[in-house]
Amino acid sequence: MIYQGKQKIWSDYQKEIPDDHWYYVRSCIRQNFFPASEKMFLEICRNVLGKDFHENEHHTTCGGIAYHCDTIPQETAMTIVARQFALMTEAGYENYVASCITSFGNYTEILETWHEFPELEAKIREMLWKSCRKEFNKPKYLAHSSDLIYKYRNEIAEKAKFHLINKETGEPLRVVEHIGCHYSKMFPSKGVGGAEYPYVLTGMVEAWGGNVIDYPERRHCCGYGFRQYHVKANRGYSLSNTHKKFESMAPYKPDMIITNCPGCPYFLDRWQYVIAEMEGKTYGENGCGIPVLTYEEVAGLVLGYDPWDLGLQLHQVAVEPLLDKIGIEYDLEDKYKGIDKKDLLKPELPTSIKCF
Amino acid sequence: MKEIIVIIGGGIAGLEAASNLLKLGYSPIIIEKSDHLGGHVANWHKLFPDLTPAKDLVDELIASSKDANIFLNTEVSFINRLKDSYNIMLSNGISIITKYILMTTGFRLFEASKKEEYGYGIYNQVITNSDLEHWFNTGQDKRIDESPMNAIGFVHCVGSRDEKARNSQCSKVCCITAIKQAIELKEKFPDAQIYCFYMDLRLFGKKFEDFYTKAQRDHGIHFIRGRVSEVGENIEGKVIVKAEDTLAGKPIKVTLDLLVLMSGMVCNPDSSKTASMMALPIDSDGFLKSSDNVFRITASPKKGIFYAGACTGPKTVPETLAEARSAVLDIHSHITSQEK
Amino acid sequence: MNGFGFRLSPSSAINLDKVDRSRFEELCSIEPDALRCMSCGSCSATCPAAQFSGMSIRKVLLNLQRGKEEEAFRLMSNCMLCGKCTMVCPRGINTRRIVLTISRIYEKEEKR
Repeated sequence: MIYQGKQKIWSDYQKEIPDDHWYYVRSCIRQNFFPASEKMFLEICRNVLGKDFHENEHHTTCGGIAYHCDTIPQETAMTIVARQFALMTEAGYENYVASCITSFGNYTEILETWHEFPELEAKIREMLWKSCRKEFNKPKYLAHSSDLIYKYRNEIAEKAKFHLINKETGEPLRVVEHIGCHYSKMFPSKGVGGAEYPYVLTGMVEAWGGNVIDYPERRHCCGYGFRQYHVKANRGYSLSNTHKKFESMAPYKPDMIITNCPGCPYFLDRWQYVIAEMEGKTYGENGCGIPVLTYEEVAGLVLGYDPWDLGLQLHQVAVEPLLDKIGIEYDLEDKYKGIDKKDLLKPELPTSIKCF
Repeated sequence: MKEIIVIIGGGIAGLEAASNLLKLGYSPIIIEKSDHLGGHVANWHKLFPDLTPAKDLVDELIASSKDANIFLNTEVSFINRLKDSYNIMLSNGISIITKYILMTTGFRLFEASKKEEYGYGIYNQVITNSDLEHWFNTGQDKRIDESPMNAIGFVHCVGSRDEKARNSQCSKVCCITAIKQAIELKEKFPDAQIYCFYMDLRLFGKKFEDFYTKAQRDHGIHFIRGRVSEVGENIEGKVIVKAEDTLAGKPIKVTLDLLVLMSGMVCNPDSSKTASMMALPIDSDGFLKSSDNVFRITASPKKGIFYAGACTGPKTVPETLAEARSAVLDIHSHITSQEK
Repeated sequence: MNGFGFRLSPSSAINLDKVDRSRFEELCSIEPDALRCMSCGSCSATCPAAQFSGMSIRKVLLNLQRGKEEEAFRLMSNCMLCGKCTMVCPRGINTRRIVLTISRIYEKEEKR
C-alpha cells in the first residue's frame, strides 16, 4: 500500500463544504434502525460545536427507496424532492444536508439531471406548483451529514474524551470503513475522496486515532441492495454479499466497522447474527461479532456520551468488547433502560453469537 | 542552397526522417523537448516479434542522423506563418525560417493512475508496461520482488478502447507487447503462472499470431477473455484481481505477485499544442488529422507541413519508420516540383 | 437453526489460486496443442453431439484449465469420437486424440 498514492487521489476529490447554516433532513429508516444517530448529529453540531442546523417537521421521504425499487417514476421522485427544496427555501436556507446516503445520491442525481436537462426542471417546477402551490430555489451546497462530521472531525478530536486506541496495548484500533454505494459511486466527484478510495470516513477514523483497514472486498456492497433485500426471493443474495465481505475482512481482525449509510450498518450488524445461526461462525473475538457503528455513534463515543444514550443497546452485535478496548465505562444494568431509566425490557439473547 | 526541414520530435520517426533527408542532401533540424533522442523506444528493452534489442535500433538511428542539427531540451515557443514559409521560435531563443515542417511528435503513454480501480500508485505490486521495460533494462524497481513469483497478471487495454477514459481507439501494440512481456517474465520466473486478461486479442502484424501460439503452447501463458474490473490488496500485500472469464461465463479471481497494466497510446498534449500554433486540425480521436486517412496519411491540410509516426495515431515501430521514409519522399517530391 | 426462508448462495466465482493444475499439466506434456485452443468454437459448431448434449471440446479444455473437471467429464461423456472437430480446427489441434488422452489420464487418476 502506498499511502501517498491515496493522499494524491484524496486531494483530487475534495468538495466545498460550508462551515455553518444547514437545512437538515432526516432519513426514513435510520430512526428505527439506529435511533440515536440523527439526534446525536444535531447534538454535536448544535450543542457541542454551536452551529446552526435547522429541521422542519413537514419534511417527508425523498422517494429514494421507491425510485430504486422501480415502483415510482423519476418525475415523481423529482417532485417530492422539489417540495423538500421548497421547504428549505421557505426556511431561508441554501445549504442542504441529508442524513441518508440514498437521499444524498437521489438529490445529487436530480440536480445533475436538471443541470443537463433544464426543460425537465421547468416541468417539475410546474408539477410542484400544480400539486402544492410551492416554489423553490435549488440548494447552493448539497452535502451528506457524514461530510459535515468529516469537516468537523478535527474540532471533535480536540474535544475528544476517548480515542480509537486500544487502551491495553496503546495500538490504534483496526477499523473497517464502509461507504454507502449511493454516496459517491454514482458521482465520484461529489464525495470526499471519490468512489474508489473514499476519504470521508477514513478522515474521521484517522483524526480520532484509529487505523483504517484496506481489505480486498472493501468496495463491495454491504448486501442491502434494495432489490436484493426487499424481494424475499433475493434475500439470500443480500446475506451472501455480506458474508463475502466478512470473509474478506476476517483475516485483518477488525475491532469495529464504521459506516455512513442507513442500510449498511443495519445489514452488517444483523446479518452477523443470521450467519452465526446458519454457519455457526462469528467474526469477532470470543464468540462475539464485529461491532458496527454509525459515524455519529462513533463521534458520540469519542466525545464521551453514554453508550446507552447513543442507542448502542439496539445493535445486534454486542458493543461491549469495543467499549472495553477503548476504555469507555458503562453499566450493564442500565443497558436496557431508556430515557429517565424507563425499562425497555431485556430482549431474548441468541446463543449462536455472544451478546450481553 | 540546401533546403532546411524542421523536424519536431526526436523519436524514432524524427531520426529516421532526418537520416533519409540527409541522404537526399537536405539540411534537417531536429527539435527535441527531452534530454535524449529515440523517444519512447529509447526506454524500451526489446522489440516484438523477434526480440530485437531496442537499443540497437535507436543507436543505429542516432548514428545515421548525427549530421542533422539537433536541439535537445528545446521546445517550440511559437510559429508564425510568413508568405510561403514559417518562422519558428524555439525556447532556447533561436528562430528558424523554413518552408517545411515535419511533425513527429508521437504519442503519450496513458496515465495508468487515471484508472483508479486498478490501483496504480496505490498498490505496491501494480506496474505499467513501461515500468516493466525499464526494469528489464535496469533491473531496478522496488515494486518487483526478485524472489520467485507464483503468479503474474497482465491487463490489456488500460486506457484504450475505453470511452470513460476518453480514448476510444485501440492502441494497436499492447496485445503483442503483453505477449512479449509475458514470455520474457515467464523466462525469468519459469514457475509462475502468467495470466493475460484481454477484451479481444488483436494480433495483426507479421509473425504476431505465431508469437501468440508460442506463448500459449511453449510458455503456457493463460489467456483469459475478460476485462479486469477491480484490483485490491490482501493481508500479505499481494494484489487480488477480479474479472469475468467471459468464455466460461463465470466470475474469476486470482491472487498475484505482480500486475502489469498495458497503458495505451494517447495523443500527446505537446503535439496538440504545437499543432494549434499552425491551426492544424485534430481528428476525432485527439490525434493530428491527416489530409486523408488512406491515401495521404503523412500530409497535413496545410502547405509545407507533414506528419510521420504516432502523432496521427497508434503505430508499431516498423510502421513509424516506414511513415518517416514516406514523409521524406513526400517532402522531396514537393521540393523538386517547386524547383521546376 | 432457525428457518429463515433463505440461504447463503455459494459463490460461482472461479478462484484461480485454488485450481489444481497437475493433471492438466500432465495432459499438456503429452498434448501441448491442448494449450493452443483460442475458443473459436468451430469444433462445437460442427459437433454432431453438441446440439443434443452441449458437448464442446473447447469447453472441455477450458473447464479442465479452470479446475472444473466434473463439468468437463459430463460434457465429454457425450463425445462419439467422430473426429469432425479435428477436421475443422483452424489450428490443426488433434482434438479427437486429446479426448482419448484426457480419458486415459483422468481415468488413471481416479483409479489411484
